[in-house]
Amino acid sequence: MNPTIIRLTARALLGRRRVLLLLPMPIVLIGLTLLGVSSEDEYVTPSDWGPLVFSNLGLAVILPLTALIVGSSVLGLEIDDGTITHLITKPLPRSEIILSKLLVAWLVTTGATALPLAVAAVIAGSGTLAVGLVVGTALGALAYSALFLALSVMAKRPVAVGLIYIVLWENLLVSFVDGARVFSIRQHATTIADAIGDTPLISSTLSVPTALIMVSVFVVAGTVGATRRLRSFALTGEAN
Amino acid sequence: MNTVELAGVSRWYGNVVAVNDVTLSIGPGLTGLLGPNGAGKTTVLHLMAGLLAPSQGKVVIGGEPAWANPALYRKLGLVTERESVPGFLTAWEFVLASAKLHKLPDPTAAARAALDVVDLRDAQDRRISTYSKGMRQRSRVAAALVHDPDVLLLDEPFNGMDPRQRMQMMQLLDRMAEEGRTIVFSSHILEEVEQLSGTVQVIVAGRLAASGDYRHIRRLMTTRPHVFTIASSDDRLLATALMGEPSVSGVSLAEAGLQVHTSDYGAFTRALAKLAKARDIRLTTILPSDESLEKVFSYLVTT
Repeated sequence: MNPTIIRLTARALLGRRRVLLLLPMPIVLIGLTLLGVSSEDEYVTPSDWGPLVFSNLGLAVILPLTALIVGSSVLGLEIDDGTITHLITKPLPRSEIILSKLLVAWLVTTGATALPLAVAAVIAGSGTLAVGLVVGTALGALAYSALFLALSVMAKRPVAVGLIYIVLWENLLVSFVDGARVFSIRQHATTIADAIGDTPLISSTLSVPTALIMVSVFVVAGTVGATRRLRSFALTGEAN
Repeated sequence: MNTVELAGVSRWYGNVVAVNDVTLSIGPGLTGLLGPNGAGKTTVLHLMAGLLAPSQGKVVIGGEPAWANPALYRKLGLVTERESVPGFLTAWEFVLASAKLHKLPDPTAAARAALDVVDLRDAQDRRISTYSKGMRQRSRVAAALVHDPDVLLLDEPFNGMDPRQRMQMMQLLDRMAEEGRTIVFSSHILEEVEQLSGTVQVIVAGRLAASGDYRHIRRLMTTRPHVFTIASSDDRLLATALMGEPSVSGVSLAEAGLQVHTSDYGAFTRALAKLAKARDIRLTTILPSDESLEKVFSYLVTT
């Protein structure tokens, strides 16, 4: 880890307008929760809106999209605008660069997703669910960040590839092919949140050990892959 | 210990050869990498800086391989052509961050010294996004200098600078070269480097076309054959008179006037007006017709 890289990355990330993209989603999440809780219709129970808000919106949309925006930016923006040369022409181990970037992506994503989800869970009246969501989201955010950070160094269009993973793999393929869920970070996060939260509002599909092992696999593979790629990072662009 | 060596280096992108079998050795002092746009200068500099892997051959800086060797950056500094600076930082923050990333023992002192060298201390607390092009360039030079490198590579460092800034930059590079550093900079404008006291490497179409003393190459360039298109009140009379001039190697009649080939630019241009006046011929057009840089540089390939 390198404190200078961490500080510069956080400033670059939080100082841009792009970060405002992260605001609407938590607001919608908390708004929907308030709407559900305040509903006076006796036939509307938390089991009607809970899965929708926590699972379908929180873990399935807000978490991966936030992680994608943040994870593809921490290093990707520098690659896009060319300032990456300042970073790679320093005598730093490449792992130090990647780990520092990963830390920032993870902290920002967790802050922007776990916090509103915990608030929503507390509004819904469940402290344990809040804890479960925070832990599940934090681990999911770590795996997603590692994946999208790696994509930003390896792929030409990291955001497009990331969206394909979220939309096609995690949403479409998982519902048709059973084995696909093992490689879905959304399922890992859901499983861990469910195991701790212990509520019918979210339902998991994997075993906890599988989820934990797969999160570590994503984190290690993403970090190692990104580091190796950065080690032989060739500057492209105008060749004159 | 700070020589830059390329041995049989080529670099291609798919079917396009950007750098073709270049072998050169650059020692301490100031060296200009000259060539027209698109000749492969940036690719050569990026190969030297370890930002590109050679497709073939070897790039060695001070005995160490340049590619995939981050430790190299302890003694190498690079200023790229792309005007990429984190605009949200001030120059002070930017240079200080560079010093810290180099893990220097006293980053504050190093940053201060580097900003002094490029004369940017007065503006150091303003955001880089508010700077002029020349100031941005200087802030990037400061960041590249902050660790006091033995080898400094600069890609088109004079681009966008006014003559005064250009002078200052040349003096700065000269001074650093005198201290025993190896300084390599690229440029596509020969006149730009007239202050230069060192050697030049001329690159044309990815190949090393000429290499050596600047003055020698400069001479080659001014005595190269030129073609002029000349129109006058009496083209035929002018043509016969021109053939008597030693500096003229050929004249032909064309629709637009005369095509005159000369082997000595200076002597010809001095003689032309006198010659026309003596025969009472009025000159209406004088156009140098092969002044493109590509032609100037490619002439060097054949000498």
